[in-house]
Amino acid sequence: MAEQILQVEHLEKYYQKKHVLHDINFHVDKGEVVTLLGPSGSGKSTLIRCLNGLEAYQQGTITFEGKKIEPTEKNWQQIRQKIGMVFQSYDLFPNLTVMDNILLGPTKVQKQDKFAAKKEGLDLLARVGLEDYANAYPRQLSGGQKQRVAIVRALALHPDFMLFDEVTASLDPEMVRGILNIIQDLADVDHMTMIVVTHEMNFAQQIADRVIFLEDGHILEQTPSKQFFSAPQTKRAQEFLDSMDF
Amino acid sequence: MDHSGISVLFEGTNFQRLLGGLWVTVRIAAVALIIGLILGVILGVLRTFKNRPLRIILRLYLEFFRVVPTVVLLFLFYYILPREMNFNLPGDQLATLVFALWVAAEMSDIVRGALISVPQHQKESGKAIGLNRYQLYRYVLIPQAISLEIPATINLATRVIKTTSLLLLISVMDVINIGQQIIEANNHTHPTGVFWVYGLIFLFYFLIDYPLSWWAKRLEKKRLERANG
Amino acid sequence: MSSWAIIQQSLPMFTKGFELTLWLSFIGIIGSIIVGLIVSLLQYFKVPVLHQIASVYVEISRNTPLLIQLFFLYYAFPVIGIKFGAELCGIIGLVFLGGSYMAEGFTGGFNGVSKGQLESGKAIGLSRWQLARYIVFPQGFSLSVPAMAANVIFLIKETSIFTVIAIPELTNTALDLIGLYYRSNEYLFVLVIGYAIILIPLSIILTLLEKRVRYGSFGN
Repeated sequence: MAEQILQVEHLEKYYQKKHVLHDINFHVDKGEVVTLLGPSGSGKSTLIRCLNGLEAYQQGTITFEGKKIEPTEKNWQQIRQKIGMVFQSYDLFPNLTVMDNILLGPTKVQKQDKFAAKKEGLDLLARVGLEDYANAYPRQLSGGQKQRVAIVRALALHPDFMLFDEVTASLDPEMVRGILNIIQDLADVDHMTMIVVTHEMNFAQQIADRVIFLEDGHILEQTPSKQFFSAPQTKRAQEFLDSMDF
Repeated sequence: MDHSGISVLFEGTNFQRLLGGLWVTVRIAAVALIIGLILGVILGVLRTFKNRPLRIILRLYLEFFRVVPTVVLLFLFYYILPREMNFNLPGDQLATLVFALWVAAEMSDIVRGALISVPQHQKESGKAIGLNRYQLYRYVLIPQAISLEIPATINLATRVIKTTSLLLLISVMDVINIGQQIIEANNHTHPTGVFWVYGLIFLFYFLIDYPLSWWAKRLEKKRLERANG
Repeated sequence: MSSWAIIQQSLPMFTKGFELTLWLSFIGIIGSIIVGLIVSLLQYFKVPVLHQIASVYVEISRNTPLLIQLFFLYYAFPVIGIKFGAELCGIIGLVFLGGSYMAEGFTGGFNGVSKGQLESGKAIGLSRWQLARYIVFPQGFSLSVPAMAANVIFLIKETSIFTVIAIPELTNTALDLIGLYYRSNEYLFVLVIGYAIILIPLSIILTLLEKRVRYGSFGN
């Protein structure tokens, strides 16, 4: 059996009175790609934001690489170096060049050698086809280019785990493919463990080992990808798939 | 006697004396601004923290300096520091202190406003790469806030420069005070001198403040264009 | 004499000063709003010649201190034969200063009306005047309310400078009393309280107005 890298047990999350995540239980194996699917507002983003401490949760435990996470801000700062995250709205730092965006984490948080980090940053930029943009500012880039830099920025910390939160949702359709190829490449070549929240069903089907289907803050099913897309276990998942045009 | 009033400006060392007074004015404004801006940034950052008592105290500090007119602030320090605290400062240093504390109060509000208008996502992206609070402010929030706050800061500087006109009230030898001395000394020979001396001082203030306001306006316009484009 | 007795004794004088501060502020603010409105309209409609004059006025007014504006009116104008009483000088000075601040406030409000609003107006065939009348002015005025309120506070505080031309308003009253009786703590205390009574409520209103406009703008 594969080694588990992340376990989530009995996670409960409230916004004031509103119960947004109900008794969430799942695990992720090392090297596994999990896609998180569900209608909008089902709690997908909230759930993955809990996994790196951007959202607080009220009950339950998260265990990462065999250690139970004490949810203090200090601990999260450590964990976040291991769990990279890319957001829908890219959110590069507009005051820094592309290279400085990438170097901020490695040099300031991890105190890596600047020279080596820069070399690695350039390699990563080359990998996403942006080696000529190291000194550009974010405002000079297109949405797709920004998102590629955001992925590089996360990878530069050498994470063991990546979270992708609707990373193609604000992009023009012609930019989407490029981003998805990069994520696919991370899975195929680097065997990166990842959780992907997406509305791109074709992509989900193609990349996922396993699908977690979420509705109204409940996990309704966790099914190997092939089976989920051909014959999901629940009626709600079937309806969801029918409603998605792909 | 029939002297043209304007000649009073150039008689003897009058013009140099006025420039000397202007230098006192500018120096007080500049030192107060530098101290006030630094202190104001610190207070502004503290005002974005969650600590409630700290926020209330700093808010009260701001409101005090907002509500009390600057003339009154000057006199408060002028009378109360030496008498109650046995703390004697020459007029120019006292004025520098008062202006610096006032600038710090106004600046803390500008900085806080700019910091809270940096989008929440920027904060999250910073956290997501493991930045701690200090690093988040140092590399992400403050640099972005600064570009938002520069026009307001320049406008604050023009206000401080205008407010230095009050130095006269606590007997600092600023440009207006020297102007008054020149007017009084030449009142008999140059009865219209008052027009030219105050006219020149008026012009001095305008020549310092106008370029600053123009610059602030231009930066603000550029920023808005960038935000909309 | 106890501090309390000193304060009590001075209250009638302070009350007079307080009333004068309020009265001069009131007249000055009304005058400023009128001048500001005229100037902002000249600028909005780009009335030839007049709008350039208005712009020059705004720059001069905003970039020079009230104190020197007052000195000019009070000491320099008489030598060229124009003479006003101190209080009239104060009011003229305050309106000269406040007019430009109010004008900027109105202009800011007009410019704050969103492009989408203007385009929808044009799209239904409104003329330039109709656009101003039905869209820009109504929305612009409500957008400019917080700036107006901030200007009101600013102008009331500026009346403290009237002391330099010996108008017996609040600050002047306190300074006179200090000069006469050397009891600075008591008189300064009353002085600060005097301004606080006027300005704290205004400051609270301003904060609320700013919040309202900020939330209001999400509606668009």
